[in-house]
Amino acid sequence: MAKSVITIGPYHPLQEEPELFRLTIEGEKVLNIDVMVGYNHRGIEKLSESRTFDQATFVIERICGICSTSHPFAYTRAVEDIIGLEVPERAKYIRTIVAEIERIHSHLLWMGLAGHFLGYNTVYMWVWKLREEILDVLEALTGNRNNYAMFKPGGVRRDINPDDISFVLKKIDGILPTIEMLKKAILDDPVLHARLKGIGTFTREEAIDYCALGPTSRASGVARDVRKDTAYGAYDRIDWDMIVTENGDVFDKAVIRILETYESVKIVKTCLQNLPGGEIDLNITSIPPGEGIGAHEAPRGETFHYVRSDGTNRPVRHKVRAPTFMNLPTLKATVPGCTISDATIILAAIDPCYCCTERMVAVRSPEGDLLYNGDDLVRLSQEKTASIMKRMGIK
Amino acid sequence: MSLTLRALLKSPWVFHLSTGSCNNCDIEILDCLTPRFDIERFGMRLAGSIRHADVLLVTGSCNRKSMVRVKQIYEEQTPKPCLVIAIGECALSRGLFIDSYNCPLPLDKIIPIDIYIPGCPPKPEAIIAGVVKLINKVKGTL
Repeated sequence: MAKSVITIGPYHPLQEEPELFRLTIEGEKVLNIDVMVGYNHRGIEKLSESRTFDQATFVIERICGICSTSHPFAYTRAVEDIIGLEVPERAKYIRTIVAEIERIHSHLLWMGLAGHFLGYNTVYMWVWKLREEILDVLEALTGNRNNYAMFKPGGVRRDINPDDISFVLKKIDGILPTIEMLKKAILDDPVLHARLKGIGTFTREEAIDYCALGPTSRASGVARDVRKDTAYGAYDRIDWDMIVTENGDVFDKAVIRILETYESVKIVKTCLQNLPGGEIDLNITSIPPGEGIGAHEAPRGETFHYVRSDGTNRPVRHKVRAPTFMNLPTLKATVPGCTISDATIILAAIDPCYCCTERMVAVRSPEGDLLYNGDDLVRLSQEKTASIMKRMGIK
Repeated sequence: MSLTLRALLKSPWVFHLSTGSCNNCDIEILDCLTPRFDIERFGMRLAGSIRHADVLLVTGSCNRKSMVRVKQIYEEQTPKPCLVIAIGECALSRGLFIDSYNCPLPLDKIIPIDIYIPGCPPKPEAIIAGVVKLINKVKGTL
């Protein structure tokens, strides 16, 4: 049978973000997949290097709207690594609370979208209605539904008002029966079992080879979680379980996310009940020269930040590695061999986030010269802008 | 007002076009469609294809790779008449990405925009209010 190529995207109804998939197919079977990204690249690393350490937190937050706690969490840990200090206990708890509420919202968001991709719009509507309660909690704690601006190097920006704690606990307890119902509706549904079990199986060996992160690796039996491996924040002070399953198919990835929601609820409740008193901020005045790394287990996997300082008030280098950067290549292992209709849900099962992923890559020539430095980027940008404006007839 | 424009306002189908946003505005748009805000009660629906859309909801700070495609989508694929709504700070003025090497032009230099909804991200209430203002503006009552 003749091979043909289906192009999905970059603007398509499947996912909110622009990205281009090229599926090579034979009949209904997918033989190969190619992903093209770059529609979301905004040069955040470079922008962050032009801001002060405090301002960079706001830039980093806007890498991704869903992970707008994860990136600042990793970034502030990297900056604190340069100085070599521990944030106050209360700040650690507040950071953990916000990060875990964000995980609940992100997993619920994925569950809804997964239902939408499967044509199960009831789940989509239910879950997103439930998610609004979580956004109310975030709004009460941080002042905004998204982009929370809670983090700063050395602590947190806002304290949790004691009056809010009872409200948050009430809301969190209120969502539990609905999650329970969803869990039953999703996990006991024979149609979903038939649709998701054994689809896009990602084996344990492949998970190790591809360095998959987060729920994508934990669904394949690789127990990888920064919160357990190198405990930070308040994660080592409370009791919670890492969810690991063995099968690695789309169904298991859904199970992981549903069960992790329960763990997050547990962590938030424990943290709120045991919230210690004291300072929330160390008021860092200067950052010494040096380099630091910070990692945080984002809802999709490990977010990694590297910051180098030369003693001024700006980072000299800021490198971001988002979890989808590692999870996206796993599609090479899972998608070929499936049918086109299964491809959509396998693509969605890694919970891809392209705006996190799209970083600039500097190319080293055979002679060892760096082809793109800062001046080159500015020059390239000006040339490209001029040529695009000419082509599009914009004055 | 032309007949097609009047028909469009009765039940505008929206298409959501992300030109390099951080997802927040996109999620708030989807939030509008879900039960708490539910703009489907005003006849608005998310269209799967640009060719079915009456209104383009554009988010994001238009980068170099997407600006060409945005222009192509607006000029060649969207049926006219078509209304364009810019949602979020990035689509308005590029926000903090104004200094970025990859975001050379604001969106309104690339395609004509009918209404701007500010915010980072705008709340769903703001998006609904913006759409209502746009409809009133087109009807000539604002």
